[in-house]
This record gives sequence, C-alpha cells and structure tokens, in this order.
Amino acid sequence: MDLGVTILVWMAAAAGTIVLGLAFRWVDRLVTARVQWRVGPPWYQPGADILKLMGKETLMPTTARGTGFLLAPLVAVAASTVAAAILWRAVLSPQSTFLGDLIVVIYLLTIPAIMTIAGASASGSPHASFGAAREIKLLLSYELPMVIAMMTAVARTGWSLRLGGILEAQAQAPVVLSVSGAIAMVVAILCMQAKLGLVPFDMAEAECEIMSGVYVEYSGPSLAMFLVSNAMLLALLPLLIIVVFWGGLNTGAWWGWLTFAGKYVLLVALATLIRNTNPRLRIDQAVRFFWFYLTPLAILAAALAIVGEARGISWL
Amino acid sequence: MALTKLKNWALRKSLWVYHVNAGACNNCDIEVLDLLTPRYDIERFGMLLVGSPRHADVLAVTGTCTRQAMPRVQEVYMQTPRPCVVMAIGSCALAQGIFAESYHMGPKVDEAIRAVDPEAIIMYVPGCPPKPEAMISAAVKAMEFLKQL
Repeated sequence: MDLGVTILVWMAAAAGTIVLGLAFRWVDRLVTARVQWRVGPPWYQPGADILKLMGKETLMPTTARGTGFLLAPLVAVAASTVAAAILWRAVLSPQSTFLGDLIVVIYLLTIPAIMTIAGASASGSPHASFGAAREIKLLLSYELPMVIAMMTAVARTGWSLRLGGILEAQAQAPVVLSVSGAIAMVVAILCMQAKLGLVPFDMAEAECEIMSGVYVEYSGPSLAMFLVSNAMLLALLPLLIIVVFWGGLNTGAWWGWLTFAGKYVLLVALATLIRNTNPRLRIDQAVRFFWFYLTPLAILAAALAIVGEARGISWL
Repeated sequence: MALTKLKNWALRKSLWVYHVNAGACNNCDIEVLDLLTPRYDIERFGMLLVGSPRHADVLAVTGTCTRQAMPRVQEVYMQTPRPCVVMAIGSCALAQGIFAESYHMGPKVDEAIRAVDPEAIIMYVPGCPPKPEAMISAAVKAMEFLKQL
C-alpha cells in the first residue's frame, strides 16, 4: 500500500475510535441513568464535555513539575491512537499484520495507565499521590491474569503471536467455544473492567473519597486529553477481546458486520451493568481478587489450552 | 467566530458543579443533592457534580461564609479554571441570614469572591433552603447569561 494511503487509513482508524469511544461513553451514561430511574444526558453529551474542556483555562499547580504534568495526557492519547490503528488494521485486513503485534497492543494499552500515574505524581497533590499509589497496585494486579488469559488464546490458535494469525485460526470456531477459551474470556472481561477504571475497580479516581484521585489537579485541555484516552480505551478493550477470543469481524458474509456490532454492544453493556450493580472495592480487596482468584483461574485455562492443543482435543 | 460560538455552546451544555460548603447548616446541601435524584435529574442538562474545583464550571456555594471559611472560598475560586459561574445558594450565602450580627461572620459570599476577582459572574438563589426547582431555574438563567459571553 502507498505510504500516504496507509497514514490516511490509520488516522481514520484513530478518529473513528474517538467517535466510537465517545458514543459508548454516552451509552454507558444513559444506561446508568435508566438503571437509576433517571432520564439521562442527551446524545451529544460526551462530545460537548470534551469541547468545553478544550475551551477552558489550563491551570498549573505551583507544586507541579510542568513538563511531566502536561506531557502525560498527550502520551496517553498517542499510545491509545497507535493501539487503535493496529487493532482496526488487524480486524479489517488480517493478512497484513506483523509478527508480535499482540504483544505490542498489550504494551500500548498499558501506557495510558502508566501515564496517569506519571501525571498524578508530577502534580504534587497528596490526593493525586494516593490515587497514583492505588493505580500502581491495580496495574500490578490486573496485568498478570490479563496476559495469561491472552496466552491461552495464543495456545488455542496454534501458538500464533500475530493478531491476524489468531483471527485466521478462529475462522472455523472462535476460541470462546472451548472450555479454556470461555474461562480465559471471563478473566479478560474482568481485567477489562479494571483497565477501564470502572466501578468496582475505580479506587484510583474515587470521586467522593480522594476527589477524583489521579485527575484532581488536571483542568481544561489536559483533562480533556485524559477523557479522550479513556473513551478510546472503552472502544479498544472490547475490540481486543473480540479479536482474541471471539473471532473478530467476518467480512465475507453479509451478517458479519451485524454480529460484530452485536458482540461489541454486548461487551460494553456488560461493563456498564457490572459498574451499576457493584460497590467500590478497597485496593487490598482488588489485589486479592486478581492475584488469588483470577490468576489461578487464568493459569488453569492456559493449562487446559496447552493440553487440548497437544492432544488435539478441540473442545478443551 | 464560529469557534467561539461552538466553545460557548459546549460550555452551556456541560456545566460541571463543585459544591463548596462555607459554613452551611446542611439544609441547602441536602437540597443540592436532591438535584441528582431521579425526580429532578440535573444530568438531563449535562450538569454533573464533580470532585475537584479544577474540573468545575459552577461553584455552588452554600453557607454564611464565616471568617474561617472566607480564605478557603477565595482559594477554591482561584483554583477553578475560567470561565466559571459562582452560584450563591440560600439566605445565608446571600445575606448571612439570621447569623448576620454574629461575631464570627466574614464578608458575604459575593463580597469575598469580588475581593479576589471583580469580574466574577455570581448568581443568587434565595430561599431557606431554596427549592430544587429554584436551583434548576438559576442554572437555566446561568446558561442564558453565558450565551452573551
């Protein structure tokens, strides 16, 4: 493909992900309102929030280290943008992906969390440092089961580290239709909840407890960048789960786009429902949940997948 | 010009509220929380209650503004990014109510805020406590006023 066309396609993927993420954010807020018997915000609300923040003043606390404080949100958006480009490319043309892009995507999707920690630490606020400490512990606890769950899918699809290879191996039956795949997908969905910072894992930005924690000192455009990055993650993490566990997009058949949209909406609605029916956990409860419950479950799934792959048992 | 219009529209459609208690008796505070309940649901207008003054566009100030509270109210106002609206809620915030003669009173809320920023936009919501409907009416008037900015 021509270089200019490639760049255009990647930019379209990034812009589309922002729009999709904001739309999902609205769905999330609307469903939350309906669950609480309220009317809820109009459809343009997340877009209006971002536009408003872009037009406001950027305040810098006197205790902040300016460069790190203002650079962190930009790096977070940049990382989500590159991850969006790689993931959409894998969905739309599975043949053209490169070896090891699954590892690159996992790595890129970690950067927004690391940048929230960096920005919060650079702001010099005690509330933000509490939030940053919690975010670090949460990151350490959910990354381990997440990566093991991804490895289960890799084992089930003939040890392919290419997203395209994983999709091609799922042409017959998706990973989720095996015992190990189903367990791994449940683990991955719960890790997605923590990665998105939604209740019950929102202790890093607990509004009424540590005043929005990691974002407490951010105002105007820098806060808008973090919100854009979060909205993109809301679109990207379900997409990653669909690609790795649920067969991605079938471009060959007319119902391909319909089922793809259905899977997407189902995952986002699930995240919203978990968020609306659970209280916030303490950080030690969250770490215990991920390390002592989800990690053994993910290891079990990986072991089943390896045995199934070695013995040629397709349902394991 | 179109950009200014767009910015202004976005600001009107998404006012985020930070609640400042400057020595209130909790009566107005409960009425402010009423706005979030299903009966009034202020999120219909895009308004949210946020945890940090840095995210806020509206400061909902309740209470008499005691001498202890005055520097804090001024500090919170300085921490709010412009453009922002101050909403003085209740008789105490307007004219210090029945506490006007007390020894521990600072200036009134609007005077305390005008002392640090003479250009401040201040809305007054009378009542002891004001009804949630009165606060929604004040929010709508604030949106109308922001149209002229």
